[in-house]
Amino acid sequence: MSDIAARVKKIIVDKLGVDEAEVTNEASFTNDLGADSLDTVELIMEFEKEFNISIPDEQAETITTVGQAVTYLEEHAK
Amino acid sequence: MQLKRIVVTGIGALTPLGNSTTEYWNNLRNGVSGADFITQFDASKFKTRFACEIKNFDPTDFIDRKEARKLDRFAQTAVVASDQAVQDAGITAENANMDRVGVVFASGIGGLITFQEEVTNFAKGDGTPRFNPFFIPKMILDIAAGHISMRHGFRGPNFSVVSACASSTNAMMEAFNLIRLGKADIIITGGSESVVKEAGVGGFNAMKALSERNDDPKTASRPYDKDRDGFVMGEAAGVLVFEELEHALKRGAKIYCEVAGAGATADAHHITAPHPEGLGAKNVMNQALEDAGMQPSDIDYINTHGTSTPLGDIAEVKAILDVFGEHAYKLNISSTKSMTGHCLGAAGVIEAIACIMSVQNDVVPPTINHFTDDPELDSKLNFTFHEAQHRTVNAALSNTFGFGGHNACMIFKKFSA
Repeated sequence: MSDIAARVKKIIVDKLGVDEAEVTNEASFTNDLGADSLDTVELIMEFEKEFNISIPDEQAETITTVGQAVTYLEEHAK
Repeated sequence: MQLKRIVVTGIGALTPLGNSTTEYWNNLRNGVSGADFITQFDASKFKTRFACEIKNFDPTDFIDRKEARKLDRFAQTAVVASDQAVQDAGITAENANMDRVGVVFASGIGGLITFQEEVTNFAKGDGTPRFNPFFIPKMILDIAAGHISMRHGFRGPNFSVVSACASSTNAMMEAFNLIRLGKADIIITGGSESVVKEAGVGGFNAMKALSERNDDPKTASRPYDKDRDGFVMGEAAGVLVFEELEHALKRGAKIYCEVAGAGATADAHHITAPHPEGLGAKNVMNQALEDAGMQPSDIDYINTHGTSTPLGDIAEVKAILDVFGEHAYKLNISSTKSMTGHCLGAAGVIEAIACIMSVQNDVVPPTINHFTDDPELDSKLNFTFHEAQHRTVNAALSNTFGFGGHNACMIFKKFSA
């Protein structure tokens, strides 16, 4: 697991209060990890803070799974 | 129409004197002070460095960590105290129609801690808005009522009531009225307040409302003492279960007491100072007595607003003398704020709990911290100084007043079928 993936998963475990084992690449924030629409907004904000980037809204809307978040951040994190 | 009778069937309390009704009441009757140095922020630069905080409260002992994070402290304490009250009352989907169980829950200020944190974060940034999506739903004052309903599935009337430090008494009055008009069978009511934070203490300090007796926090709240110098900020969540009498009897509920009557008035005088003759206070007590169908001589104990401010204590006592006449000298009067501090929007309900326990136990909790008589107060009145007093308490009256000139009053009496 990349350093970025580990940091992403740590945020998800912390914010959504889920077990680390549930945070697989395929897991959907809303369908599998119990997030509601406000939780997902908060997650995106936490990613922005952790990786010191700004994720545009239209991009943020496409990040719905753990894997998508990791991929996006691996491409964009500074 | 015939108004229905209302009884109290459940109590929950998180207070500066303990995190259960029993602990709260035991410390009240034993005259314990809940004041100490502030732990929730570094108050070293503040004029007041102490408060009556809720102690040893970890929300995650009661609320899932993920959920707890989305609640301001005022809502966390509201949820936990209401869990206690609902459990105490034994309300279940089997013995109550959830469509007719409501929540009318107050706070004076709401999520000030959340507001302070979010706005501070924004101000530290470069102007780019990065507000947490839970900022608004954590802060808004009515959210505590919402959370209580969601936790238990109560689908009856649900809202908040605000009248500053009178808020929870006004909320109880709304609950009382809704049930007696037949709009609900049960209402979870009361209030919570948690503003022991920079913005809260600093704001009240700026008004010169708070005691600054930093060298002796435990004796700082001294209602009716000549040297009182302001109120001590308190933090609390108090919850009462109000229930229609027949409903309570039918399900075999434990009955603490009956809600006899209530009143609400305004001073129409000044934003913070009381009417000098206690006009609004006098009117509200008369209104509550009339609503209860009681005479002044039916009251045994008055739990005063008595915040330990120079003007407020005097105006309220004038009003009591006016309303009660000669009977005023036979009353027990006490300000339990001498022990709990002033819990603002939660003051009314935790003092209502003090009244209910007094009616139950025939014990009047004291006004502690009395050192010097105030020549402006009638010394023949029984302020229940220093120690609790035993007497039959058939009925107790609770006064609560708020900035804005709001006055609210509620009377509790022993239940007899």
